[in-house]
Amino acid sequence: MSRRRLSVVLLATLAFTVTPAAAERLIISLSNHRVMVTSSYTGVDLVLFGSVEGEQAAVARRGGYDVVVTVTGPRDNERTRRKGRVFGIWVNVDSRTFVNVPSYLAVLSNKPTEAIADADTLRRLQVGFDNFQLPQHIGPDIADVVKDDPFRQAFVRLKNQHRLYIERGSAVTFLTPTLFRADVPMPPNVPFGIYEVDVKLFADGAMVAQSDSALEVVKVGFEQFVAVAARDYALLYGLATAMLALLTGWFASVVFRRD
Amino acid sequence: MQIYLPIADLPVNVFLILGMGLAVGFISGMFGIGGGFLMTPLLIFIGVTPGVAVASVASHIAASSCSGAISYWRRNAVDPPLALMLLGGGILGTATGVWLFTVMRALDQLDLMIGLSYLTLLSVVGSLMASESIRAILRARSGRPVVLRRAGSHLWFHGLPIKFRFKRSRIYVSAIPIWVIGFIIGFIGAIMGIGGGFLLVPMLIYFLRVPTATVIGTSMVLTLVTMASATVMHAVTNHQVDAVLALILMVGGTIGAQFGARAGHKMAGEWLRLLLGLLVLLVGLRFAYQLMINPQDLYSLRMAEGMP
Repeated sequence: MSRRRLSVVLLATLAFTVTPAAAERLIISLSNHRVMVTSSYTGVDLVLFGSVEGEQAAVARRGGYDVVVTVTGPRDNERTRRKGRVFGIWVNVDSRTFVNVPSYLAVLSNKPTEAIADADTLRRLQVGFDNFQLPQHIGPDIADVVKDDPFRQAFVRLKNQHRLYIERGSAVTFLTPTLFRADVPMPPNVPFGIYEVDVKLFADGAMVAQSDSALEVVKVGFEQFVAVAARDYALLYGLATAMLALLTGWFASVVFRRD
Repeated sequence: MQIYLPIADLPVNVFLILGMGLAVGFISGMFGIGGGFLMTPLLIFIGVTPGVAVASVASHIAASSCSGAISYWRRNAVDPPLALMLLGGGILGTATGVWLFTVMRALDQLDLMIGLSYLTLLSVVGSLMASESIRAILRARSGRPVVLRRAGSHLWFHGLPIKFRFKRSRIYVSAIPIWVIGFIIGFIGAIMGIGGGFLLVPMLIYFLRVPTATVIGTSMVLTLVTMASATVMHAVTNHQVDAVLALILMVGGTIGAQFGARAGHKMAGEWLRLLLGLLVLLVGLRFAYQLMINPQDLYSLRMAEGMP
């Protein structure tokens, strides 16, 4: 735990990298590297600030800069099921397993990604939902499929409905030509674990700088205690819950005793 | 006031859950049932997954039947040997139910299984109850005397071996139908998240001829033990019991039940049974509707267990 926390902190403090060919440097900072889910948690908006530095930046490029922030949550396998009518009732008849896909994915930019760079560049850099790798089990193989595959579309659409996959072409705002902020929405049903934050800077349709950071979403306090107990000490947890039920029942019978 | 449920992984309004507990508790106190068949669908409706709903409601029913069982015990309205014998079948049924629950969950068919069992069980039991009570009401109107069970009438399984005498209930029956009834109730309870009181009481009366003096108390003891063990088994096998959710439900449920019981005393038995029958039928039809109509979305998501 402490080593993981340390690595998050290290990533945070060294949250800038320089792509050698570019003259620009991208410096980013997150408002919070640790999202704590407590009993009063109902979702939170993180704020990411970024600044473009370097010789070129002094005389900002003529076309201006574009920014795409991609936040990916902890990866897991997820199944998408499809219902079909069997003997007049609706039953899950088919399912696909998506392998090692992010439980949370946010693609935030200052304008729609199609307007930032051409399709080839976006595909190469995996920018946007359509270009993000979402591999699924196809027979014995694991591969991503075409973007209009019905299961892939349903998966992205459902994740979007659950506010776990977010694509916003207006979530990044430039405060000055070289300073920007992005709002990263964390939904109420946020998955727990380490999140990677990747920021790409574009100018004139090409990527000129990149930087990354990380954050952690953790259950803390009582929620953490209950969740850990239920998973790691299942028998004890079950017995405790049953005891709690008996006590509540007994207590009620004492309080409301009428004879 | 919002609170985050640690196992359901969902923020909910405490007062909404408490209110649901009170309402269902009121109904359960009024009819002398656990109320699981109402609570589980309600939880599913507000977004709790069926698995968590079934597993958490089990502990809620354990709580409400515990307070009921204690007050019946004080009045000597429990037949301990009969309850013990029912329990033998009940625990086995619960274990089988939890096992099936786990299997269906792995096969992606848990929602279907819960929906189908609710549909069939509730519509059958609901229509039986409603029609029986309407007949009773009509009979009372026409002034004809109610024909109670004929003394000495026997069903085929009353001839089965391993007979026992239950002194407090004044019955002499074979242990086999008792075990079977216990098994059925335990099994249904584990897969549907219901205590089964609304099934057990008629079964005990019609099949085993248990007198009204001991039937509800004995049924509550059985519900208490099967639901407490279902809680433990669901916690161990599926990790789906949400203690925070269960606690809020318990508090609401036990309080609501006290007021419900008072309201229930003021109503005639037939009308009470008619109301309960219609309520049960309504919940069953709700499930039928859900299974038959075209779903809004053909696709659904589920976390697959285990990393590659």
